[in-house]
Amino acid sequence: MSALPSAIDTPPASGGAAAAFWKRLRAGDEIAIAVTFLSALTVILVTAVLVFELYRKSAISRHAFGWSFLISTTWDPVSGTFGALPFIYGTLVTTALAMIIGIPLGVGAAIFLAELAPPLLSSSLSFLIELLAAVPSVIIGLLGIFVMIPILQQIVPPVQDKLSWIPIFSGPFYGVSLFTAGVVLAIMILPFIISISREVILSVPNDQREGALALGATRWETTWKVVVPYARKGIAGSIFLALARAMGETMAVTMVVGNDPKIAHSLMAPGYSIAAVIANEFAEATGDLYQGALIELGLVLFGVTILVNGAARLLVMSTEKKGTS
Amino acid sequence: MTSRVHRVLAVLLAAGCASAALAQQLLINGAGATFPYPIYSKWFDEYHKKFPNISFNYQSIGSGGGIQQITAGTVDFGASDGPMNDKQIQEFKAKRGSDILHFPTVLGADVPVYNIRGVTAQLNFTPEALAGIFLGKITKWNDPAIAGPNPGVNLPNAPIVVVHRSEGSGTTYCWTDYLSKISKEWETKVGRGTSVNWPVGLGGKGNEGVSGQVKQVNNTLGYVELIYAVQNKMTYGKVKNAAGQFLAASLEGVTAAAGSVKDMPADFRVSITDAPGKAAYPISTFTWLLVPNKIADPARKKAIVDFLHWMLTTGQTMASALDYAPLPKTVVAKEEKAIAKIM
Repeated sequence: MSALPSAIDTPPASGGAAAAFWKRLRAGDEIAIAVTFLSALTVILVTAVLVFELYRKSAISRHAFGWSFLISTTWDPVSGTFGALPFIYGTLVTTALAMIIGIPLGVGAAIFLAELAPPLLSSSLSFLIELLAAVPSVIIGLLGIFVMIPILQQIVPPVQDKLSWIPIFSGPFYGVSLFTAGVVLAIMILPFIISISREVILSVPNDQREGALALGATRWETTWKVVVPYARKGIAGSIFLALARAMGETMAVTMVVGNDPKIAHSLMAPGYSIAAVIANEFAEATGDLYQGALIELGLVLFGVTILVNGAARLLVMSTEKKGTS
Repeated sequence: MTSRVHRVLAVLLAAGCASAALAQQLLINGAGATFPYPIYSKWFDEYHKKFPNISFNYQSIGSGGGIQQITAGTVDFGASDGPMNDKQIQEFKAKRGSDILHFPTVLGADVPVYNIRGVTAQLNFTPEALAGIFLGKITKWNDPAIAGPNPGVNLPNAPIVVVHRSEGSGTTYCWTDYLSKISKEWETKVGRGTSVNWPVGLGGKGNEGVSGQVKQVNNTLGYVELIYAVQNKMTYGKVKNAAGQFLAASLEGVTAAAGSVKDMPADFRVSITDAPGKAAYPISTFTWLLVPNKIADPARKKAIVDFLHWMLTTGQTMASALDYAPLPKTVVAKEEKAIAKIM
């Protein structure tokens, strides 16, 4: 008990340990620790049970294919040959595209809303952006099919004519593609990055800004060199959340990605993602091996998410050491 | 005083009657195929109106889910667009200790849909052309295999973009079953299934996803359910059947395909793709109800048996209005006999 932190000053013990315990209990320390510990434990337990179940139910597939499941490129439900690589590739490529498009746009918008926009405009725009987060993914997917793809079909081929010597822009463009899925995902993660980053930037203490301005910094220098570095951890947090969201997104991706399990070097070619294939095939999957392979894909997605998230955290930590704030 | 006693008695009696009626209320649970869901919900609704004490609850979770749930014993009947295979039947017998019966209910069909710039004609497709295109061997619209049966149509020298279903579905089973029958190469390389390893093509989610991609991309060829094509007024191609006739899919052609099957097996597990009749549309399929042959609860058994009889008579007359092809009379007569197997 003595190891537990206490926020209140303990007066000299008069009634022994029991009295001190009751006093602390009244003050709420023990209860608060117990309740918050249980909350944390619940979340961890749910995750652990989830991983355990994925692991257990994928046993038949893991035994049948071993590690080659991760590097095999054939997905053939008829002959019972399953490999995850095209789906891993598609998930990573669409997520990377979403982050490349979404991070600059999202952070830029957050800086504008928090630092530069008049307060009334800022709060009303933020409200609209948070509404975007509430749009169901199937609606975003439909917008992707019926609004975005026709526009991309006008824009992409002329650009391709100029850039087709670069492998990632080569090949015919059908509208549905890894690139399209990346753009749709970018739209879906923007509200997360913008609304969280804006809150974090708004919570930067004003004396930071005043100090920088007093030293003769311009408004932009203050924002970019003082406020944003101060809020860096919170902004990074919003990006991690967006990353997880992008990797796990299912419905909107499957509607625009083309659902073709091949590893294409061109971003304009159709692809497939892990979450999309699980959603597409699970309902009609018959046979233990087929189901096991789909469940193993879920396990793989979990692993890929941990690896990518871990790599992103390492990246942030390494920049923090170099940081000056 | 007596009037008060009477009143109390009357209330008690009324409550008793109500609870008796409630006790007789029977809920039959089913799950499975999505393709026949509109007609099934119509049937269950009409049947409930006629027999208010029997109601059906049908979850359209997909054929695979229907087979799993009936095998697990969580529903009273399953429904599937593809028959259960021998392995699945063995598993059912091992788990439930009884046999499973297949009852065809209505018929469906797949049609080829396309969008070729500058072509409005209804195209003729030979089995060889369809197999070649889906295998990725015929890659241009002006290939002789396509142009040959379409004299007078100016087909472009453009690559064919194939569109197929991305999610597991009975529609895909029917299409790949047909391709497996007419092409040895398809059968060995790809095979039949609700999801397959497609040699070429883009995947669209659902009939609407396939038709959307066919409409949006030039020079595409895909397949959708006949009902979907009819209700959305899409033009679809004619397909050459086993008797050498080019036929556009129609409810009559689909029923004819079911009627032209020789040697209908006793368990109705039969594929009617590439059926022999002259009027038979070749890419047709039954959809089945899956019912265990032993039902312990007599009330439940009676309700299911009665419903099957009703489905084969009154129910069939409702099919065409919802664009489903009704069963041919020969199959109905055979099924009436098969219902007796339910013990």
